[in-house]
Amino acid sequence: MPLVFVEKVKGALRLSALDRRAQALGLAPGLTLADARARIPGIHALEMDRAADARFLARLSDRCERYTPLVALDPPDGLILDITGCAHLFGGEARLRDDLLDRLGRGGIAARAGIAGTPEAARGLARFGAAAVLVPGREAGAVASLPVAALGIDAETTLVLRRAGLKTIGDLAGVPRAALAARFGADLVARLARIRGEADSRISPRRPPPDLVAERNFAEPISQIEDVLGVLDGLAGQLAPLLEKRGEGGRRFEVIFFRGDGKVTRLELQTARPLRAPETLMRLFNERLEAAAEPLDPGDGFDLIRLAVLASEPFIAAQADLERGVREEEEVAALIDRLGARLGAAAVQCFVPVDTHIPERASREVAAAAFSGNGGTWPRPCPEAAPPRPIHLFDPPQAIEALAEVPDGPPLKFRWRRMLHEVARAEGPERIAPEWWHRNDDGALRDYYRIEDAAGRRFWVFREGLYGEAAPPPRWFLHGVFA
Amino acid sequence: MRDTLSQLKRRLAALEPAAPRPAAGRIALGCPALDTALGGGLLRGRLHEIFAASPAEASTAAGFIAALSSRAADGRHCFWVRQGFAETEAGALHAPGLAALGLDPDALILVRARDGLGVLRAALEALRCPALGAVIIEPWGEPKALDFTASRRLALAAARSGVTCFLLRLNARLRPSAAATRWRAAAAPSRPLSVNTSGAVNTYGAANTSGAANAPGAACFDIALLRQRAGMAGTSWRLEWDHALRVFNEAPPLSGAVAALPAGRPAADILPLARTG
Repeated sequence: MPLVFVEKVKGALRLSALDRRAQALGLAPGLTLADARARIPGIHALEMDRAADARFLARLSDRCERYTPLVALDPPDGLILDITGCAHLFGGEARLRDDLLDRLGRGGIAARAGIAGTPEAARGLARFGAAAVLVPGREAGAVASLPVAALGIDAETTLVLRRAGLKTIGDLAGVPRAALAARFGADLVARLARIRGEADSRISPRRPPPDLVAERNFAEPISQIEDVLGVLDGLAGQLAPLLEKRGEGGRRFEVIFFRGDGKVTRLELQTARPLRAPETLMRLFNERLEAAAEPLDPGDGFDLIRLAVLASEPFIAAQADLERGVREEEEVAALIDRLGARLGAAAVQCFVPVDTHIPERASREVAAAAFSGNGGTWPRPCPEAAPPRPIHLFDPPQAIEALAEVPDGPPLKFRWRRMLHEVARAEGPERIAPEWWHRNDDGALRDYYRIEDAAGRRFWVFREGLYGEAAPPPRWFLHGVFA
Repeated sequence: MRDTLSQLKRRLAALEPAAPRPAAGRIALGCPALDTALGGGLLRGRLHEIFAASPAEASTAAGFIAALSSRAADGRHCFWVRQGFAETEAGALHAPGLAALGLDPDALILVRARDGLGVLRAALEALRCPALGAVIIEPWGEPKALDFTASRRLALAAARSGVTCFLLRLNARLRPSAAATRWRAAAAPSRPLSVNTSGAVNTYGAANTSGAANAPGAACFDIALLRQRAGMAGTSWRLEWDHALRVFNEAPPLSGAVAALPAGRPAADILPLARTG
């Protein structure tokens, strides 16, 4: 049965994608489903799911990273690979293209691929032309016969160009550029120059390119975990001298396992200090592998393993006779890395002071592995006064029922978590106003009180808003508890 | 036979806690009565267990531990390993509050684990790092993983690395453990700030405008030493923490209508648990 995908366009269900059988029957995208059904009664229609398509395309782009780390999306159904300097690893451009199409074909994906000196020319050839491998410098001739739509311009401009008799890139190239720019804007001229190979351009890859990469290809896929670790160890050994030459160590690493059947697994690792010793790196990867939610599944085996340094920093080589402090810092950093690898980097945090009056924002918790340097200073313990801030803070503050003696005084008693507290001592108010200069701050004025109940428990409560103002009446909250 | 015996002796000797590292000593807490009872202070490189007297006193017990850690850490890093649920129940650790209490947030690393087992494993890993000043373990309730064997493991790791370990027990009952000391912390009424000082403006610029003579003062604790390995136990003190000098002081008796010293936090409650040695 022919299969079509439909989408609601301007209130009508229209075909947006079809399979080969449907195409062979003369259906085309844009047709309403009612018309299509009238022509071919037996078609099977499914709703188009653009989000699922995008996810699938992202997965495909992951798979294509085996050829180059620079892969850009060309939505809704294209990928652009920058294979500059990579083709020789696969025996030349034509072989690389064949390997790519072969792998995709095994995954049930029909694809077309073109290779050219600029991304636009390659895209045009793949989508509209002979899907050839072009020698750099021959773009202008090869794209001349492509329709103007190959420029990647909107449908309206295409229509206007066609009405003016400019049907192909070749036609367009014959028109003076100044006239084109005056009528259609500089963008069209730039696109024309790029597709003809006259101007170079770069793709913007989906993931930022790594600083350094080491990888290994296997003719026979490997699946034993010991072998995998051995390979990783070797790759780490390859990276170490490269990092050393740059005087750097890695702060973020990534291992990418490419499985023969196309599945790609990524494993990221963040470290608290620049790192390059293969042994340390391997220990962290071991922890990370053990702690992974689902164990590494080799399936039929990995045929490519890549170790990339995503971020690096100057490496300060520790000397054997350094003082105690530095060595201890190193040990603490190594501990942070080990715990981070096991529990996730976000589970190991340090505190960074923030210059604000709003209590819940005064301290930010950041991943200890990602943090470097000092953020600011903390309030010092004040000898004459009691600690002004609680050690435990509730975010959001917890609503309490409070009874105050005078409208703007501290509460006399309050109920929190079904327990009634009689207030024995109180201090306040400390008035904290919302930071109106932050756009998202729509809080009300808060009057904070430090209070102590009859049993000696000390709390930090506040009243939101003032009595006597417009309704609603102020509410009381418990924000923190003191030691 | 003799062989077997000496072998057994050797094996038993191996099970004994390792000899404390040379730097190991005692952490004096500043209060003479308390330090004498402890034989000079809290032992470094040991496991110390602190129970909150009631679930409502989680912050009291945590504050007591923060104070102890600031004395134990001595400028080194502290790791605070918390179970996720403790945060929901007791509130998130507030760094400015800890700083005001004398524990430096810059040297504090917070580790979050989902369950009791995760907390123990992370804590054990941290305890093996001799560069730390203290490790604080905060599970919630009574995780199945935290049995006598687990506490013994923690105690051994602490002895080997010389890192002092504080186990904060919230919402938990007393059970056998390998801790060197065991405490119960309860909230105690603070000494109100006297009129001339409470008029002072605190670090946040909040003037004390109402009830000048009746503002809550420095952190106060009712501390009971429930158990001490090879030492006396069953005593309780009311301690005030001087956050500026970072020492404990015995709180002077209060005047007025505030609750009296709990001279008899029921002794019967404590003594059966006070076996020593």
